[in-house]
Amino acid sequence: MDPENYDPEGDLMILNLGPQHPSTHGVFRVKLWLDGEVCIKAVPYPGYLHRGVEKLCEKLSYVMITPIVDKNDYVSPFINELAINMAFEALNAVETPRRANYLRTLGAEMQRVGSHLLWLGTFGLDMGGALGGGASVFMHCFRERELILDCFELWTGSRFHYNTLTVGGNRHDVPAGFAELVRQTYTLIGQRADEYDAMLVDNAIFRARTKGVGTVDAKLAMELGVSGPILRASGIDWDLRRDRPYAAYNEVKLDVPVRYEGDCFARYEVRMAELRESIRIVLDLIDGIPEGPICALKPVKLPGAYKGKVGQAYAAVEGPRGELGTWVIADGTDKPYRCKIRPPSYHAVSLIPYLAPGNNVSDIVVTLGSLDPILGEVDR
Amino acid sequence: MSVILENPWLLGAVAGFVVINAMMVTAAWSIWFERKFAGAMQNRPGPTQVGWAGLLQPVADLLKLIQKEDIVPTNADRALFNLAPPLGMILVLAGLAVFPWAPGWVPADLDIGLLFILSISSLITIPVWMAGWASNNKYALLGGMRAAAQAVSFEVPLLLSALVPIILGGSLRLGDIVAAQADGRWFALWPPGPGSVAFVLFMLASLAEANRIPFDIPEAESELVAGITTEYVGMKFGLIYLAEYLHTAVSSLLGATLFLGGWDGPGPDGIHWLLLKSFALFAGIFWVRWTLLRYRADQFMALCWRVFVPVSLACVAVAAVWRVYA
Repeated sequence: MDPENYDPEGDLMILNLGPQHPSTHGVFRVKLWLDGEVCIKAVPYPGYLHRGVEKLCEKLSYVMITPIVDKNDYVSPFINELAINMAFEALNAVETPRRANYLRTLGAEMQRVGSHLLWLGTFGLDMGGALGGGASVFMHCFRERELILDCFELWTGSRFHYNTLTVGGNRHDVPAGFAELVRQTYTLIGQRADEYDAMLVDNAIFRARTKGVGTVDAKLAMELGVSGPILRASGIDWDLRRDRPYAAYNEVKLDVPVRYEGDCFARYEVRMAELRESIRIVLDLIDGIPEGPICALKPVKLPGAYKGKVGQAYAAVEGPRGELGTWVIADGTDKPYRCKIRPPSYHAVSLIPYLAPGNNVSDIVVTLGSLDPILGEVDR
Repeated sequence: MSVILENPWLLGAVAGFVVINAMMVTAAWSIWFERKFAGAMQNRPGPTQVGWAGLLQPVADLLKLIQKEDIVPTNADRALFNLAPPLGMILVLAGLAVFPWAPGWVPADLDIGLLFILSISSLITIPVWMAGWASNNKYALLGGMRAAAQAVSFEVPLLLSALVPIILGGSLRLGDIVAAQADGRWFALWPPGPGSVAFVLFMLASLAEANRIPFDIPEAESELVAGITTEYVGMKFGLIYLAEYLHTAVSSLLGATLFLGGWDGPGPDGIHWLLLKSFALFAGIFWVRWTLLRYRADQFMALCWRVFVPVSLACVAVAAVWRVYA
């Protein structure tokens, strides 16, 4: 070895974790500099799923944008629709009817349960493998998630990309028998959540793999703009549903779970507590939906018939992954001039260069899973 | 018949043919069983399409694997890459030669049978490491290195817990160890204490040897894509996969022989008892696999050296004392 030109990084093995890798939760690449199995440096490279959603928003009329943003965070489409339509409503000063607000709150909480279930399943896969105990967690979580999709299918006619919200309210009213189905489904999921706790928290391997792993410092998280369960697991008590209430959240009783450890286990606990809290909210709301219209505006016949005002507006909702915001600038035509989407996962992914160094590959995979990034939303 | 029995070469050929084929078929259908078993645990039916209840699924899998194009990665070490899968298979099958299947049914009745089988099964690390090294793939390399580290660690509690039946049975010959457990005095039950603890430790260390969950870090597919098998396709992959299943099967057979009395049982003794016991252990390993998550490498090295090794040493000491004074 030539001591003159010795490059400590040159001795390291560079491992491209992704873009095709089972635990990158989509198409995502992290470049790791490994010394043995210990990571020295990590650089994330998002962008593989970039579809130009923000540019598309400039080319489509207000009514046509909703089904596009469905595909951003494809695990919680309802909340995407809510965020963007709230921004349009704030821009045009449209007041949504009370029944629409209640239905939006109900849908958002139903969706949050489904999203957290999917996170739990994939988190299990990260730790237990596709051919092992992790696959059992995954299959059980998906069993419940199917029931949630059934509820949405009954409501909106679509299992996944609903296109149910519009400027001024909702498109679809809940059909007969919906309340009964939701009550049954969410009561069942509430019981099964206890089974997951018994399967994971009581398991020494799960605790060994998550406790003290991937600790997020609260100050760092705030500097990077991280929000949602990751921030709450690091001890910051911040939830837009309670602190900046929207839809019908000011009429809903809400406990915000907070943990102080900041590690993967704390994030698991926060998400499971949120899952139970959301189930409780759904069961509370389902019987108390007020009567009335579901949309403040008359439905438009042509997509371009709806013209926005001139101005700009920002609206943010508390998605399953944190603050999902939309900033819209409008020039008075039927299309927005600029539409900026602030995805929570993008900020969560920016934690990786701080969390990975010093850990080995196994811990990096678990940490990445506990951040719950949805790459459709990161890359847009 | 007597010609075969008197000629050791012919006897070896016939016994080897029967045992190897029986084990290969068992391993292939144990994959079907495992998939059904996992399906039952996960609220899904498992294979249903090929044959009645999917029973012909292993045949379909085999045909698919054979049809695959045989790809050797550029810059891979071709010789080692091709040698690793059959070598692993040979080593796993070689261990089967010394099993006492039933009273008098021993293909090769070695007086150091247990030593032979343990040394053969510890050699299996070499093809695993070879596969990881020769693939010229970083994930495979990490997997191979993990396999080597894991085997070095778990060899110790495996051997120490296997010492307990040696001490209690007073022989290295597997037939003698089984005979010492006659009439239900199985080492897992009697004497209470060292035998039962050593049995659990032996099975756990065997799981680690066979790279099964929760100790399957050499191929940890969520971290290392497919670990050592990342670059293998077709029947070479099939051989590695089958060797892993056979290794698990051999571990269950050994566990049943050393600790559960082998062919001894209520009613007539015979091969059916050995098969029943080892199949129960085999199913137990599946159960563990589809229930537990995976340990991190350093965590279960710590588990091995801080828990398994001291406890198995204590088992050996207690067994020795019991042997001398009782």
